[in-house]
Amino acid sequence: MAKFQGVDFYNVDGLLSEEERAVRDTVRAWVDDNLMPVIAEHYLEGRFPKHLVPQMAELGLFGANLPEEYGCAGLNHVAYGLIMQELERGDSGVRSFASVQGALVMYPIFAFGSEEQKRHWLPKMATGEVIGCFGLTEPDYGSNPAGMITVARETKSGWILNGAKMWITNGSTAHAAIIWAKTGKPDDVESIRGFIVPTDTQGFSAKDQKGKLSLRASDTSELVLQDVCVAKDAVLPKSAGLKSPLMCLTQARYGIAWGAVGSAMACYDEAVSYAKARVMFGKPIGGFQLQQARLAEMLTEITKAQLLCLQLGRLKDQGKVTPQQVSLAKRNNVSMATDIARETRRLLGANGILAEYQAMRHLANLESVYTYEGTHDIHTLILGQEITGLNAFN
Amino acid sequence: MKIAVCVKRVPDSETRVKIASDGKSLDEAGVKFILNPYDEFAVEEALRRREQAGTGEVVVVSLGPAAAQETIRTALAMGADRGVLLQTDRIPADGLEVAKALAAELTNGGYDLVLFGRMAIDDYNHQVGPMVAELLDLPCVTAVAHLDIAGQRGSAEREIEGGVEIVEFPLPAVLTTDKGLNEPRYPALKGIMAAKKKPLEVKPTTPAAGGLEVVAMTPPPQRKEGKVVGEGPAAVPELLRLLREEAKVL
Repeated sequence: MAKFQGVDFYNVDGLLSEEERAVRDTVRAWVDDNLMPVIAEHYLEGRFPKHLVPQMAELGLFGANLPEEYGCAGLNHVAYGLIMQELERGDSGVRSFASVQGALVMYPIFAFGSEEQKRHWLPKMATGEVIGCFGLTEPDYGSNPAGMITVARETKSGWILNGAKMWITNGSTAHAAIIWAKTGKPDDVESIRGFIVPTDTQGFSAKDQKGKLSLRASDTSELVLQDVCVAKDAVLPKSAGLKSPLMCLTQARYGIAWGAVGSAMACYDEAVSYAKARVMFGKPIGGFQLQQARLAEMLTEITKAQLLCLQLGRLKDQGKVTPQQVSLAKRNNVSMATDIARETRRLLGANGILAEYQAMRHLANLESVYTYEGTHDIHTLILGQEITGLNAFN
Repeated sequence: MKIAVCVKRVPDSETRVKIASDGKSLDEAGVKFILNPYDEFAVEEALRRREQAGTGEVVVVSLGPAAAQETIRTALAMGADRGVLLQTDRIPADGLEVAKALAAELTNGGYDLVLFGRMAIDDYNHQVGPMVAELLDLPCVTAVAHLDIAGQRGSAEREIEGGVEIVEFPLPAVLTTDKGLNEPRYPALKGIMAAKKKPLEVKPTTPAAGGLEVVAMTPPPQRKEGKVVGEGPAAVPELLRLLREEAKVL
């Protein structure tokens, strides 16, 4: 397979630093060499390519924007975004793995953990020795996490957790789970706190969710916590209220906004090369206006999304980004990537339904990405509230 | 063990190059430049030797424009210790002049090994490594595909037509590396961050033009479009006629 060259119509490369480009190029080459040859097979078989985790760790992809003193790469947020873009160019499931490990497991430990917790967990998570998962969503509380019914009761020696979590990426693979639970009354949203729960604790079980037609190269599980006892120091001391898990989601959504550009670039690249090579009615289909309109639309949307991501990243590096700005990027980019995947699938005709090509795999994946980490609709409401000051959630 | 690795900044083989308006150089606009892939084997080999010895220094040397600092930093990100850029806006077409500039830098460096990629993928000359060896009066083995070093002696394997040639040599020596010698590592993210802090000395250099001059560059002729003469067995007579009369290959 030819090396992936990226899509860069507006010389966005010229806006990146040398290191940012070097990071992007390393991950791009790694994806070409190690992920692309195996992804279709893993997707069809419904298996996460777990053998790639040590290599990803060796490159420093986990929690890459966290400080070096905890064993991480200490990159800026733009470089981190580029990592997500390149991973998702390969597959959304593999990017999801890295997002969960970095933004949803390592980040909360970094942001809300004690110094002891950080020193204990972060270096092992950076090396991939410990894999984590993030338990917020519940069977009946997805878009409305405030309603969660998982509880943590304080005892003399620690905490007892009870509840269930659903749609948990890495759930069955994880060694440690970040579990969000209410420590007060059922309607006390402020009592939500995060706990680091080793998955071999008695009463903790994870079951893979079967029958997925999307993110097939990723483990998605249901977690059940039945009288799970953890020590006093399992709680993340600085976690306080629903705001804490939402801060994690903002981190992850930021990476998803970049990741979606990667999926879109992969599809566009495939669409262009197919359109030039596939001959119908005596000439390449790229010579027909209908296909050119598709390609022009794709390139336009990708270029806009790239610039959106870059400015979002620069704002984040300056500490000026707002969650609403992240919502706009996640909402726009995942939606445009889904459209591009669908149009590529169509441009490829019958071939477009094969796993040999990437478009339909990306399309199916992106339907999940469209829904997770705040559905497209929820981000619409976040923006609506930002614009009008009026809450349309309930 | 102290090892010098000489590297070159070259256009990525995947980018489409255009000839500049002067008709004798490349138009660099929009071209992505990379560390010459054969040089990656040299960098990797140097790093492995240093890692095995547990001590030593890997110095990356390049002759090229200011932008070649980025090429050197790629090698630093892989793990090399420091870099030297012999900075010039114009790399002479004559490899001997490049070799002279590199040899002048290397001559008093106290290197046990000087490594090169077997050739640069832009000009395919295969010559600077052996020329530097001559200028430094050191033994040279080209296109090394396997390497053993014990004390002050080395043994290298070269893939030659129909077999393998094994060459022994004393250190210090100059080697050029071939595909198959090793699997170069990716520059890891921490390495990329660390590379910023590693020393990179820039020395303005003015190599002589030498005896060669590029007078023109032309792209290979465009392949003519093929034609379908027919389908199935019925097309055979027409195909034979064309092969005989037009292509004149029968």
